[in-house]
Amino acid sequence: MITKKVAGVDAALEGVTSGMTMMLGGFGLSGIPENAIAKLVELNIDNLTCISNNAGVDDFGLGLLLQKKQVKKMISSYVGENAEFERQMLSGELDVELIPQGTLAERCRAAQAGFPAIYTPAGYGTEVAEGKETREFDGKMYVLEHAFKADFAFVKAWKGDAAGNLIFKGTARNFNPNMCGAATITVAEVEELVPVGELDPNQIHIPGIFVQRIFKGETYEKRIEQRTVRTRD
Amino acid sequence: MALDKNQIAQRIAKEVQNGYYVNLGIGIPTLVANYVRDDIEVEFQSENGVLGMGPFPYDGEEDADIINAGKQTITTLPGASFFDSATSFSMIRGKHVDLTILGAMEVAENGDIANWKIPGKMVKGMGGAMDLVASAENIIVAMMHTNRAGASKLLKKCSLPLTGVGCVKKIVSNLAVLEVTPDGFKLLERAPGVSVEEIQAATEGTLLVEGDIPEMQF
Repeated sequence: MITKKVAGVDAALEGVTSGMTMMLGGFGLSGIPENAIAKLVELNIDNLTCISNNAGVDDFGLGLLLQKKQVKKMISSYVGENAEFERQMLSGELDVELIPQGTLAERCRAAQAGFPAIYTPAGYGTEVAEGKETREFDGKMYVLEHAFKADFAFVKAWKGDAAGNLIFKGTARNFNPNMCGAATITVAEVEELVPVGELDPNQIHIPGIFVQRIFKGETYEKRIEQRTVRTRD
Repeated sequence: MALDKNQIAQRIAKEVQNGYYVNLGIGIPTLVANYVRDDIEVEFQSENGVLGMGPFPYDGEEDADIINAGKQTITTLPGASFFDSATSFSMIRGKHVDLTILGAMEVAENGDIANWKIPGKMVKGMGGAMDLVASAENIIVAMMHTNRAGASKLLKKCSLPLTGVGCVKKIVSNLAVLEVTPDGFKLLERAPGVSVEEIQAATEGTLLVEGDIPEMQF
């Protein structure tokens, strides 16, 4: 077995510097790498390019990095939950590239899978496709979208082992598996780091080969963005 | 009487057929799930990675790891599955989802749709909307026929940045059910008590009226 386990978040983020491009998993606040984000805030590095579906909320998730003006550019599909983000974007302080959600996922997956680019119908005929190559296949138009290039991918899983194998839970899975192995270094944080051999190989979502470093997150707030419930009749 | 949001959802629910996998957008489309007949088999897909969405959880049973695309806490039904975002959009782009219901700010008579950006004002992003409209063959738009100022949202040409081109097939508004045809918006049904003239006045794009237009049935 090849060991990917590191002592904690400090070791996991070794080598992270200002100006880097990083992928961060999560949809809304679900499945975000909470411990890595907290450390990035603490490291006080800046000029970061962040690839993440959303930008957190004002006081949690990626919003914490935005608050401290550590982010130079965001590549996301939806940023509606973050007022500070919208302010920085409209004022021009923050460079923002909004792209279709499926394209975001596939540009991660392409990087993971060794494809330089993919053709997608999403965004054809819109401003998203401006300046990009297009091509017709079977009478339908497609846009060429390039694989992302990133220095670090920060992902969060439910369970993992020292070999870097990962299992996700519920919709906290989202972009996390697609970002594993899509950057030079993939850092996985998990709620439970179990002894090697305990995870059933049949149930593993991401094999350890896609992960360079794994650690157990110290705490998880797992904040709920929209608490919606029904009452018992 | 023009329909309210729940009535729009109720009318759209009639379009959901047995065996359909359905993607519901945020807003009015989410309400459609409340009105689908319970004697047919339907599964709801949420683009953040769940198929087989159920109702909201009971108070105290909500789980931060189980949400829908609107970031609301949800439950799953027996037979449900979770998956990653690339797989989710494989279902969408690969045309495995049978029906997509989403909202719009503007629709043009050629089927163009705009629903993600008001330049200089609202910048929330397109989320999965561009993937959905570019791929789905069966798209129903749920929308208000006019904006708050009374101006038509069913236009000859969209004024806002587009989400997709020539993709909308059917619209259910607070005033009417319309089909997008090569010649314009074809009026299929009127909201109860709403006249063809009122619909005409609220529609900037070409409106095609053939014969008697029936009132919607719920």
